[in-house]
Parts: sequence; structure tokens; C-alpha cells
Amino acid sequence: MGWAIALHGGAGDIPFSLSSERKAPREEALRQCLNLGVEALKANGPALDVVELVGWLLELGVVAAGVVMSSAREGGGGNVMGQLRKVGAVFWPLKSSAGASSAPSFGPGAERPGWVARGQTTPGHALGRESALPCTNRWPHHGSDSGGGDASGDGSGLPPSSLVVVRELENNRYFNAGIGSVLTSNGTVEMEACIMDGKTKKCGAVSGLSTVVNAISLARLVMDKTPHIYLAFDGAEVFAREQGVETVDAGHFITQENIERLKQAKEANRVQIDYTQPIPKESTTPNGDSQLGTVGCVAVDTQGNLATATSTGGLVNKMLGRIGDTPIIGAGTYANGLCAVSATGKGEAIMQATVARDVAALMEYKGLSLKDAAKYVIEECTPRGTAGLVAVSGSGEITMPFNTTGMFRACATEDGHSEIAIWTSD
Amino acid sequence: MGGWALAVHGGAGVDPNLPEERQEEAKRLLTRCLEMGVAALRSKSLSAVDVVELVVRELESDPLFNSGRGSALTAKGTVEMEASIMDGPKRRCGAVSGVSTVKNPISLARLVMDKSPHSYLAFGGAEEFARQQGVEVVDNDYFITEDNLQMLKLAKEANKIVFDYRIPIIGLETCGASAGAEIRDTTSPLQMNGLPISVYAPETVGCVVVDSEGRCAAGTSTGGLMNKMSGRIGDSPLIGAGTYACNICSVSCTGEGEAIIRGTLARDVAAVMEYKGLKLQEAVDWVVNNRLDGGQAGMIAVSSEGEVAYGFNSNAMFRGSATEDGFMEVGIWEST
Repeated sequence: MGWAIALHGGAGDIPFSLSSERKAPREEALRQCLNLGVEALKANGPALDVVELVGWLLELGVVAAGVVMSSAREGGGGNVMGQLRKVGAVFWPLKSSAGASSAPSFGPGAERPGWVARGQTTPGHALGRESALPCTNRWPHHGSDSGGGDASGDGSGLPPSSLVVVRELENNRYFNAGIGSVLTSNGTVEMEACIMDGKTKKCGAVSGLSTVVNAISLARLVMDKTPHIYLAFDGAEVFAREQGVETVDAGHFITQENIERLKQAKEANRVQIDYTQPIPKESTTPNGDSQLGTVGCVAVDTQGNLATATSTGGLVNKMLGRIGDTPIIGAGTYANGLCAVSATGKGEAIMQATVARDVAALMEYKGLSLKDAAKYVIEECTPRGTAGLVAVSGSGEITMPFNTTGMFRACATEDGHSEIAIWTSD
Repeated sequence: MGGWALAVHGGAGVDPNLPEERQEEAKRLLTRCLEMGVAALRSKSLSAVDVVELVVRELESDPLFNSGRGSALTAKGTVEMEASIMDGPKRRCGAVSGVSTVKNPISLARLVMDKSPHSYLAFGGAEEFARQQGVEVVDNDYFITEDNLQMLKLAKEANKIVFDYRIPIIGLETCGASAGAEIRDTTSPLQMNGLPISVYAPETVGCVVVDSEGRCAAGTSTGGLMNKMSGRIGDSPLIGAGTYACNICSVSCTGEGEAIIRGTLARDVAAVMEYKGLKLQEAVDWVVNNRLDGGQAGMIAVSSEGEVAYGFNSNAMFRGSATEDGFMEVGIWEST
């Protein structure tokens, strides 16, 4: 037993020749997202909040880098910090009621230090007041900040580790160069995401988002605040505005790189999986391997609760309105009392094979271990080159199999195991 | 064993006071659809997936059930239909959501499967694809019936979203896995949210077929929930939830969409056959009893060996089935 966390940044035909300039920042992003997730789990954060947090950070770095870009252009980190605080309010220890007033999504427990979950007002869900832990001394690196003030000392109310991530993102040309969501054949962005809680099997999903900064958090709101599981396109955008989540102009997600990439895909007249090499020639886009459209995170917390989250921009040159496996419960995303799974790869293949549910079903109905179940699904149920997944079990096991060339992935467990990898041999 | 078989459904959960003539009308429609499928299967002119499409088209075109013409209305008073189809042998699948002008969503789902590189298209993109493919489109008004306008008005007055079997949701903020139980704890189906019992309950439709070569296929089509939020996607278009087909069986589900999604209901029928070795009817019963967490739903299924099965934990399900050996049955209530 014990907590465990695994995350991925997409599986696919990642060339072994990937240069270190491209590899290093990506590994660094995985490492920092992993570290944040680990800290959250160590502080007894609930798995559901942790996967939302890590998914959010991965989106920030990978799917929604446009936000970082725009903020940087508008004069530094202030906006980014504001944005992080808005969503981070769900996760970060709060020190004063002043913080609460500046972030309307805070629950009534926000005035005291501790984990504050969005939707705390909802009875029987997420974090009750009793489970909101004072965590000033639980966060590593927390100094003796006075007056319940702010650990990072910049008024953000955030623990220092999160600042590291954001500052890295801001200062990192690689990220700032715009790893935006990939574009549809119309040159627009349509993002989708899904989140699921293992114990209650509650889940939320969104598709067809074009202006919402954090798709995963909107999926969480669909789960918490609507009678439905799944909202899409205009209806999801309307819901986002009702809920007051951060939105930007759709153009923010569209970068020169992904426009160039769409052009190539169109010339090649094919739908390109988000993570593949640029076609036909790598030299035409220096960041070719960077088209990681899918990110995901699975976690089991100290209480044994499981959760999963997946988010994606989809395929380059996908048809308008295309929905992939990511938002579909049982395909790209699934959690129950036994395990939590997030899959990535060719959406159509993952959907047909109900990949995420089948890992759980093999454990449930055939008594397989997490590792064997995931191995069976990746080796026997999906064609070569189409799928990868990360999964954790209730007992803290982790597995991260894939049948593609590589999968950006990272994991850590309470007993000290930690790993960041791309291909099989590293 | 062997031989062809098919089953159809027109939704789970039925007004207990549904007038006799409405019941007869539903049974006639189900019988007509079965006969249509039987004729196609006897002639061996069509594969399982073709028969599924044929039969679901018929169900969509008739305003009786909640799909195509006669679909439930969104809160905005519009129709947003969804459908999916899956062909067992290669597990090919196609799905559409948010379709507002396509006369037969099941055929658009089929085209997504056959003619697009994707499995699932939605809203504007699905509509655009429909036009590229030249499928029959009609004005949104075509789908809107007087009965459903009345239903929407009543649903709005009650300020509730009405599931397709017309039991109001109580307590939207606790609409998790336990929502189903609360609905039944606090509301008798007889109350029917103050809706006149003379108003017919529209339902989701579905069809499962195994042909004489043992190929299985499934299709499901719906207008969704009365007074649903625009953009809401239910179980019907989701592979593994409302619809699933593989080498051993095919399944179409209906009922509380959210419970069906959480339970990955259709896939789980196949999974317990595949991984636990259950027979078709055992699998259906097991899934209905163990995977719904208090939600109400029903399903029809066929196996590659020519078996046919159904199950539901709602008060009723419009359904019919037929097999090669001459068996044919149409029913609504628990025992017919």
C-alpha cells in the first residue's frame, strides 16, 4: 500500500534520434509535474485533486502553452501566477481569507489553511472540512512564513515548488515556442478531456473546446456541477462561461508551429497523430516531435483512492468535430476501485478496444494483476504502433506499457521508486 | 447452435399507465421492424451491420420512439440527436453526436465508420460531414413533434431535466453514482413529474443482429433527455457504453445514460463472456444486476452462436426479438 502516481505526455513514433535539446525540456517538464504530484500526495491530497492538478500542469505545458505565451507577452509572470492561483486554489494550501476573496471558486473552508477543493459545498463529495488538512508544515520547503502568509513570498499563496514549474515554463523557449494544441483541418483547435474518480465512479468529460484554458478542470466541473457526464462543443463552452472558468481567444492556441504542421499534414493528405514526426521532412519544423497533444495522469492516494485524468488536442488535420478516445469513459480514461488508467495513442484503435476499461475488466473478471492486465491489452488487444497507457492499482502498483516507439512518461511510488522515460531501453 | 437472430428495443422505463392503444402501437412498430430484419436475414442479402442500420433507420423514421423524428428536446427547444453503430468482426465503429438536421443519424454513424478516418464526429463537424456525404437532411423542425413540445414545457415548469423514461431528477448537485437511488427514493413513477399520462413517453432505440455467418453488429440511436443541456452527450454514441459489438456478441443499451456510461455496460456484457466465460443471458443478467449501481437501464444482446437475450431493471422495456428457428416475441412489461 501507499501512494503512487504515473503520468504520460503522449505515446507514438518518437524518434530515437530525438535531440537532447528537445528531449531535455520535455523530461524536465515531466519531472516537475511528477514532483508536484508527489508533493500533493505526500500532503495527503486526494487522488482526484492530484490528477486534476497534474493534468492541469501538463495542459499548461503541453496542450495550452498559448496561455503561458500570452501571459509572458503581456509583461511577465503576473497573469500566469494569477491563472495558476485560480486553478491552484483547488490544491494549494491557503493562508488567508484574502486569498479566498480573490478566487471565487474557493469553498467555504478556504479561509483556513488546508486543502481546499472546488465543490466543497457539495455534500458528500470531494473534501469534507474534516479532511482538509492544515499543511503548512506538510509542504516540503515551507519555511516559517509568518502570519500564515505566503510561502513563495510573492503574494501568490503558492508553495515554492509550483513557482519553479511556472517560472520554468515562462523561461523555457521550448515551451514558450508554442506547443499548442494541434489543429483541425479547418485550422481551429478542439480540445477534449476526461476525469474519473475510482471509488464513486463519478466522471466528467468535455469535447470540442476552443477557448477554455484548462479542459481537465472543466471536465471536473461537469462531473461536480451538472447532472450529466459529458458536455461538448457550444454547450460545453456555454457551461464554461456559466462556471466562470478561464477562457482565452481561440487564436491563443494557434501557433506558427501548429499552422506549419497542419500545412504539412494537408500536403501529405493524411490525418497525423499528434505526436508523430513532421512529414515529410523533419527539417521543415524544428519542433516536429513536440506535437504532443495528449497528456494524462493516474494516482492512488494515501487513503487508497484512485483517480485518472486525460486531456488532448487530438490529431493534426483531424476532421472538424472529431472525437477521440480521451473523453470516452472506458476508452482513454477509466478508474474504479481496483485501478486507474489513462491511455494515449491512436484514438480510433483505443476506442474500439475499450483500452482503459479492459485493463480494469481483466483484473476484475479474470483476476489478472495490474501489470498483466495492461500488458495483455497493449500486446493483444491493440494493433502495434497504436497505444500506450499509464495505470496504477489500489495497492500502489504502477505499469506504463506501450506498443509505439516511445511514450513520454514518469512515475513515482511511496517506497521511493521513481522513473522518467521515453523509450523502452532507457 | 448458430443461425441468425436479432433483437430491437424502443427504450427502458415506461409510463405504467400508458394507454393500451399506445402500447399496441409500439408493439406493432417493434413487430414491423423485426419482420423487416427477419426478411433481410432470411434472404441472406445483407450482413449483420446492414440489417442493424436498416432496422434502426425504420425506428428513427417513425415518431413513436425517441430518436430521429420524435426526439426529445434540449432546454433550448432544439433536437440534438446521437447514434452509434459497431460491426463485430473487426470491431469497426462509427458514432455521431449533436446532429440536428440529419434525417437518419444511424446512417451518418455508418458513414463515419465506412468513409472517414475517424470513429466519432460531433456537432458542426458531423453536420458538415453529412453534407459532404450527401445524406438526407431536413429542417430541425421535422424532428420536433407537438407531443414533445408539450413535454418540454411541462419539464421546464417542473424545472427538472427529465430522463427519457420521465422520472425527474432530484438534487442535481448530488448527481453522482447515487443519484439513481435518490430518484427512486423520492419519486414514484406514478407521479411522473405531473405530466399527463396520456402523453406518450419517447424512448431511445436500438438493434442487435447476428447473421447466418455468425457476424454480430449493434446500433443505438436517440434524441437524449428531455430538457437536456445543449451539448450533453449520453451513452448512446459511446462505444462500450450504449453500443458494443465484437466477435462473440453485440449489445445495445438504453436507460439512464450516466449510469450506463459509468458501468461501460455494453462492453461489460462482452467482457464477462470473454473473461469470465458466462453465456449471453447470464452475462446480460449479471451486468444488469451488478454494473448499474442503482441506475436504471435495459439492454438487448445477441451472440455469435445465434442466441438472443435481454434484461432490464427498470419497470419495463419496449423490446422484441426473433431467431432463425421461428421464435418471435414482442414485449413491454416484465412478463408478457
